[in-house]
Amino acid sequence: MGEEDYYLELCDRPVHFEKANPVNCVFFDEANKQVFAVRSGGATGVVVKGPDDRNPISFRMEDKGEVKCIKFSLENKILAVQRTSKTVDFSNFIPDSSQLEYTQECKTKNANILGFCWTSSTEIVFITDQGIEFYQVSPEKRSLKLLKSQNINVNWYMYCPEGAVILLSTTVLGNVLQPFYFRAGTMSKLPKFEIELPAVPKSAKLNLSERDIAMATIYGQLYVLFLRHHSRTSNSAGAEVVLYHLPREGACKKMHILKLNRTGKFALNVVDNLVVVHHQDTETSVIFDIKLRGEFDGTVTFHHPVLPARSIQPYQIPMAGPAPVTSQSPVPCKLYSSSWIVFQPDIIISASQGYLWNLQVKLQPIVSLLPDKGRLMDFLLQRKECKMVILSVCSQMLSESDRATLPVIATVFDKLNHEYKKYLDAEQSYTTALEAGQSRSSPLLKRPARTQAVIDQSDMYTHVLSVFTEKKDTSHKFVIAVLMEYIRSLNQFQITVQHYLHELVIKTLVQHNLFYMLHQFLQYHVLSDSKPLKVFTLLPTSCLWIC
Amino acid sequence: MCFFRAQWIFTTHTTWRTVPNIFFFNLFRTFSPSKPAKSLHTQKNRQFFNEPEENFWMVMVVRNPIIEKQSKDGKPIVEYQEEELLDKVYSSVLQQCYSMYKLFNGTFLRAMEDGGVKLLKERLEKFFHRYLQTLHLQSCDLLDIFGGISFFPLDKMTYLKIQSFINRMEESLSIVKYTAFLYNDQLIWSGLEQDDMRILYKYLTTSLFPRHIEPELAGRDSPVRAEMPGNLQHYGRFLTGPLNLNDPEAKCRFPKIFVNTDDTYEALHLIVYKAMSAAVCFMIDASVQPTLDFCRRLDSIVGPQLTVLASDICEQFNINKRMSGHFEYIWKPAQLLGRLMVLGFLLRRAPIDGGAPGDGNAPVDGTIDGRSEKEPQFKFIYFNHMNLAEKSTIHMRKTPSVSLTSVHPDLMKILGDINSDFTRVDEDEEVIVKAMSDYWVVGKKSDQRELYVILNQKNANLIEVNEEVKKLCATQFNNIFFLD
Repeated sequence: MGEEDYYLELCDRPVHFEKANPVNCVFFDEANKQVFAVRSGGATGVVVKGPDDRNPISFRMEDKGEVKCIKFSLENKILAVQRTSKTVDFSNFIPDSSQLEYTQECKTKNANILGFCWTSSTEIVFITDQGIEFYQVSPEKRSLKLLKSQNINVNWYMYCPEGAVILLSTTVLGNVLQPFYFRAGTMSKLPKFEIELPAVPKSAKLNLSERDIAMATIYGQLYVLFLRHHSRTSNSAGAEVVLYHLPREGACKKMHILKLNRTGKFALNVVDNLVVVHHQDTETSVIFDIKLRGEFDGTVTFHHPVLPARSIQPYQIPMAGPAPVTSQSPVPCKLYSSSWIVFQPDIIISASQGYLWNLQVKLQPIVSLLPDKGRLMDFLLQRKECKMVILSVCSQMLSESDRATLPVIATVFDKLNHEYKKYLDAEQSYTTALEAGQSRSSPLLKRPARTQAVIDQSDMYTHVLSVFTEKKDTSHKFVIAVLMEYIRSLNQFQITVQHYLHELVIKTLVQHNLFYMLHQFLQYHVLSDSKPLKVFTLLPTSCLWIC
Repeated sequence: MCFFRAQWIFTTHTTWRTVPNIFFFNLFRTFSPSKPAKSLHTQKNRQFFNEPEENFWMVMVVRNPIIEKQSKDGKPIVEYQEEELLDKVYSSVLQQCYSMYKLFNGTFLRAMEDGGVKLLKERLEKFFHRYLQTLHLQSCDLLDIFGGISFFPLDKMTYLKIQSFINRMEESLSIVKYTAFLYNDQLIWSGLEQDDMRILYKYLTTSLFPRHIEPELAGRDSPVRAEMPGNLQHYGRFLTGPLNLNDPEAKCRFPKIFVNTDDTYEALHLIVYKAMSAAVCFMIDASVQPTLDFCRRLDSIVGPQLTVLASDICEQFNINKRMSGHFEYIWKPAQLLGRLMVLGFLLRRAPIDGGAPGDGNAPVDGTIDGRSEKEPQFKFIYFNHMNLAEKSTIHMRKTPSVSLTSVHPDLMKILGDINSDFTRVDEDEEVIVKAMSDYWVVGKKSDQRELYVILNQKNANLIEVNEEVKKLCATQFNNIFFLD
């Protein structure tokens, strides 16, 4: 398998931390994406490393017992440490403020704290087995104030910092999930919903494990992902991932089912709005894109993997050390190791090796793995770093060796221009709103973001078409057909064609003495523009008189 | 008197009411004036000469129209109308005869090279035997001089869709060398060069299409082939080639045509395929013999798409027509037109006091875009020498037999006369003629374009007529034509 075949890779600058061992406990905070290495309960030091900050935070704290949970508030202002099942300890990390620890006990009698989550720099939620408690922390007073609480039996909880949603597993079976949403000092209860279990359980015991649930934001919407090991329909044995859409308002709704067609141990990541499913048994991964067309049965859409299953690209652990001269060669990293822990959206941690990686999608290898160009474009247009890959696909499909048929080329152009037109329209309505006197600061008025998926005429001209028309081995018939197809597509989306495209057509026609064709194009105003066409200096005067 | 030795190659004696015989002869260069006379006038006949290829002359003799009169003693006297025939019309017809011959047979020289005089004579015999019967010399007029092409007015988007269709077809049917696309007998796209397209267009619109109209009208044209399993319903059918694709014995013979005879000299098979009002000509190299399989494949690829496209064009055309005068779409002024011309206003002809309009002719009813009756009524012919675009509201739809005009032949003759005038002078000019009682005829020539208008306006004076024509140009042609 060549390197060009792997479409998933681990980032090349992982966060390295001291690996877990009996004296060194490692914690991961999903909100700040920080790894805490706590040595001997903190007495011999705590090192905190995040993916972005290259300077780790190190400090010491008194060993007051085993640390169960440790997390910074947002912006690293306050550190919260849970050592017992009843209390959480706090210490300020704000300059010039008291470093003395202060403690908060959970309010509910006889409750055990399962964990806590920071929802802002000074707001924290305790999750106990009997409910949740929402506190405001005031570091100056070194005290906490209860803002709101809710009693409910909790089996386990899950926090999605991007969506600011905490999900609680309730009832005996554990399959009724209660979401709470946090924003600016308020806690709102969202409608609870039930996860459909694969089969009616025989005994009344916890049937839904937190390992099989994940929460992630996909295309701007929050989803609860449920890994169902056995399909409810008996005819397909493979596991599947069920996506429940969790809106800010309204009920949670089952929307998508990702068919895995295999069984075993799985782990989920979400990268660039793609759901990545890792399969440990085969040491491969597959990706799903819920925006690509699937089979809709009236209520849910079924999706199959976009691409054939592939391993993550083999990874060499760099031999970091004080001596760069060491002749030690990099060590291949064991992928899909059982010591891997996966966090949302894109984090893979190897606690035994002491690495934290971000998972990344490589687009270039996908080009050859997805032969259907229409589908490939649908896929690429949704990706963040797509521009150069899309342009290279366009160049490739026009090349002599790899030429696509005109209907395919037309489909690709239409997809690109559809995206381009959406952007132009958004830009247009923004300008109109500005002119209409709406204030620039109005929250409703936002300048539309230009994503990489906006491939305009100048991009196409510079990277694809001008190069293509210069090629000697391409027949002029094909060149003209392609240019006309692009112009047709632009017109179809009511995009004003830039004069340099007209010039390109005219140049090609003139070079091959196809004046009568040129006549006809001018006659039907296919090649006309308010801007004077510079190329007319090339033309015999006759062409000027045909209109 | 001219004396020359000539070798007769071919003569035919076919006679019609007013019509002629055609002679071909090879004129040895004993008589080679630098500027050969194009016609010879005699009392009974007029002879037209044409040397389409070096050393090959074509001569056409047209008999002058006759009027039978009673002499004083009661004997019938035949009077020849020597001034009725227009030189330019019939020399153009003669040139067209050659072009048509060449389209289907190649050049005279090639025939001579391939099989000597014998072969050339055979070919001439075969071709002209049928072709002469289709010439309707009595109804030839200005349009035969122009030999123009009527273009179908179309919006840009639909035009681009057609382009896209053609390019795709040429890609799927890789043996196709050239394609032409017509709708409603009007041209939309030609992959052939202009001169070749001009004569092919003539053939299609005056011969091939009219032959297929009658079965269509009789309702025999409904080949919705639902019986073919897995085939999309479509209205496509071959106008040349196999009639029934389901017949395994069907003949896949297509007319052979010759194009680019001046340089590459290409022989092609002409496949004409039609769905509803849209017709496509696919031209493939004559060395490739299209098989029944190819025809079936063509039918299955082109048929469904062309059917959809034809209804798109029809729909779009109706939308455009409703939105504005349909002329605009094709004749909209291009800003490219940088040159300004000053038109000379020349009154070169005194008003003719003609007789009353013939009874058989409908009055001129210039209701092009549904103007009210108070507005002036007019008809026009427009021609652009550059792209051969012609447009006539005088001529009705051409039938296989005759091309009908809606105005009196006298008016048509005036148009022809004005055209002859224009030919003699290179400058732009304008001619206004008062004809018969209520008619004014206006001719304008502006660089490569010519416009002829027939106005029916009682008691109008010259200035008013001039104003009306200006108005007409402003509304119908915007400022493409007259920039004064």
